[in-house]
Amino acid sequence: MTTSDRGESLALELRDISKKFGAVEALTEVSLKVRPGSVHALLGENGAGKSTLMRVAMGIVTPDTGTVSVFGRVSLGASVRSAAISGLGMVHQHLSLADSLTAVENVALGGSGRFDPRHVAERLRAVATASGLEVPLDVPVKDLSLTQRQRLEILKALAADARVLILDEPTAVLAPAEVRDLLAWIRGFAANGGSVVLVTHKLREALSVADEITVLRRGRVVFEGPASGNTEASLTRAIFPEVPTSRNVAAVSPGEEVVAAKEVSVTDDRGVVRLRSATFSLRRHEIVGVAAVEGAGQNELLQAIGALRRPASGSLRLPGRVVVVPADRHRDGIIQSMSLAENLALRGVGPARGRVPWSRVRERTRNLMQRFGVVAPTELELAATLSGGNQQRLVVGGALEEPVDVIVADNPTRGLDLNSTAFVHEQLRAAAAAGALVVVHSSDLDEVLSLATRVLVVYQGGVREAGLDRDRVGGLMLGAA
Amino acid sequence: MVLLSLWWLSPTGDALDVVSAFWRGSFGTTSAFFSGTLVRAIPLALIGAGLCIAFRAGVFNIGAEGQLMAGAVAATVVGLEQSFGPLQLVLAVLAGALGGAAWAGIAAVLKRKYGVLEVISTIMLNFIAANLVAYLVRGPLQEPTAVYPQTELIATSARLARFVPDSRLHLGILLAAIVCAGAWWFLKETAAGFRVRAVGASPSAAAVVGRVDVPRVTARALIVSGAFAGLAGGVEVTGVTYALYENISPGYGFSAIAVAILAGLRPNFVPLTALLFAALETGALGMQRDAGVPSVVASALEAVVILATLALGSGVLKRSLAGQAA
Repeated sequence: MTTSDRGESLALELRDISKKFGAVEALTEVSLKVRPGSVHALLGENGAGKSTLMRVAMGIVTPDTGTVSVFGRVSLGASVRSAAISGLGMVHQHLSLADSLTAVENVALGGSGRFDPRHVAERLRAVATASGLEVPLDVPVKDLSLTQRQRLEILKALAADARVLILDEPTAVLAPAEVRDLLAWIRGFAANGGSVVLVTHKLREALSVADEITVLRRGRVVFEGPASGNTEASLTRAIFPEVPTSRNVAAVSPGEEVVAAKEVSVTDDRGVVRLRSATFSLRRHEIVGVAAVEGAGQNELLQAIGALRRPASGSLRLPGRVVVVPADRHRDGIIQSMSLAENLALRGVGPARGRVPWSRVRERTRNLMQRFGVVAPTELELAATLSGGNQQRLVVGGALEEPVDVIVADNPTRGLDLNSTAFVHEQLRAAAAAGALVVVHSSDLDEVLSLATRVLVVYQGGVREAGLDRDRVGGLMLGAA
Repeated sequence: MVLLSLWWLSPTGDALDVVSAFWRGSFGTTSAFFSGTLVRAIPLALIGAGLCIAFRAGVFNIGAEGQLMAGAVAATVVGLEQSFGPLQLVLAVLAGALGGAAWAGIAAVLKRKYGVLEVISTIMLNFIAANLVAYLVRGPLQEPTAVYPQTELIATSARLARFVPDSRLHLGILLAAIVCAGAWWFLKETAAGFRVRAVGASPSAAAVVGRVDVPRVTARALIVSGAFAGLAGGVEVTGVTYALYENISPGYGFSAIAVAILAGLRPNFVPLTALLFAALETGALGMQRDAGVPSVVASALEAVVILATLALGSGVLKRSLAGQAA
């Protein structure tokens, strides 16, 4: 047990952390200091080492060199339990809750000894009240919205007496209003003496909420300092050597109609009507942005257009070649335990007959890797070994490898860095220019608006045409007339 | 350690005795090898190949034993007919496969229509099949003299040829080799086989990206594995027993689970692991016979290997499922 060499004790201090995975230097002498009562933004592109650094802090990954101390105590022996004991809690980007258990049961999972639901519920209710994070405690997690699940994850950490919270891309899945709420909550938590490490791609959020900023690039700290005095442009320059610019393609006039929906209603898995009597007509060359707050029925709309869910009523005419870029790439987009070539062979294998032409598939995969910049030693590499950005390039590349009539992309750039995001946008624009209809939804309204040639807003199951005006679209998303 | 425990268990206190009894029972003599080990390996390989397909699809068919029985019943019914002529053998073996498929089909329908887990339904169907056989060999199918609880011998035209002199080794071994090779080729090369692997590895990705009808693929994988088990039942009747009776299978359907898992769910390794387990069983019988090691010890030994296999198996399974090169 030692104290920090500085006078005041830091909430979290990572000192000279280095970590190699094989020959790859994931982190090189990285230091991070988080003061009590402050919000510290950790920025960097995909693969910069943010996640690894936070996993080191949490004791999930053991560093080769360097020390982790929480409130001046050096954590001995890396383990999640010791991290929790010392007051450190983390909310992962991919939430890790047991779907069929209630909030109370989920929180009790991390505990030890006898399970007393009333005691846990009381504790949780007290923490929820104190922190202002309200979550229904007695329903199974699978019936909670993403926002509620995220709040529950935070509550879980707080119930374990966490005074330092690590939030990994917490706004990736949230609607704009929810993002504002969360950021406000983070400020309040810090104002009451808590500390937050915010891992994010979104510079605006970092600038609006953080006191201090650390930028990682290729496993090294390239910037650290107070947030004030920085701008999005200055941070972008720190994260990327070159600033990628989003290229605006000259608008092509819409082509023939490819998707025609008349009075279409769609139900979810539980038979609840999520989309009501939607009527719309979508054409080639269009990039149709779908804007909605979470749970408004946009999932069912996208699934219906993506030919993944049959309408319960109404008529929906779809063309033959419809491809989907799913929102959850880990679950729906790729098979981690299969090779890149096998993942490419997967696309549309449902109705296939006879043999899989493996040598042809491998050749196609090599071409695709080159064309879409998927970095891997060979096409036989397992998808699991790729970084998130490369995996997404594989998914998008697979979808756009051949000309298609309709591409449905749900949060196609979720968790991607700016370079990869720009790349995906470019590909979607190119597909539209080549004659496809692109339907894109993103929880980031600005992304929808930057891509779309027209916008459909879904609000409580109703679909409405909106212009490209940000305020108008935002208003409709929240139910304005 | 195994040797030590054998020495301790051996009534004569001589471990070498036990080991040599094991060896004589499994590989040591031509008759043990051809009539014992190889003959036992045939149903294990047939069932194991089918289970590779089911397990790869993420379908936990624990009911191969019952499916084998159903196949044996069907093959016996066809084999007992006296009027089928030269095609009777083929018909009897095919009937076995159909019987097994139908028995697994019950579980497949229960799963699709009512969401009954196949782990439960196939286990239950094992009991039903065993009792069905017990009833049949004492009732409708019992031999005319009605002395023993077994059927009459099947027609000679319904029997698989034995081709090694003075041994029970029958043509089923060729069938087993072909089935293993076929299952391997199916999983590796065909679109349907790839769907099976994809559904097992990630049902959601298979449905979304692959547009695969997941419930249909899992139902088919279950039925195919049932057909392979039924085939094994048909081959046992037409190649080894020539009649139906209770306990026609010494738990082939269960040992085959370990056979498939030890093979890493790769049908091309199934012949090897089937041979290993067959040798283990015949060797254990040899120990019991020649060295007086009680049969309980023999089955305990088998159970230890199965447990060790399962323990190792989880790793093997992960690695093999971790996508083999295309």
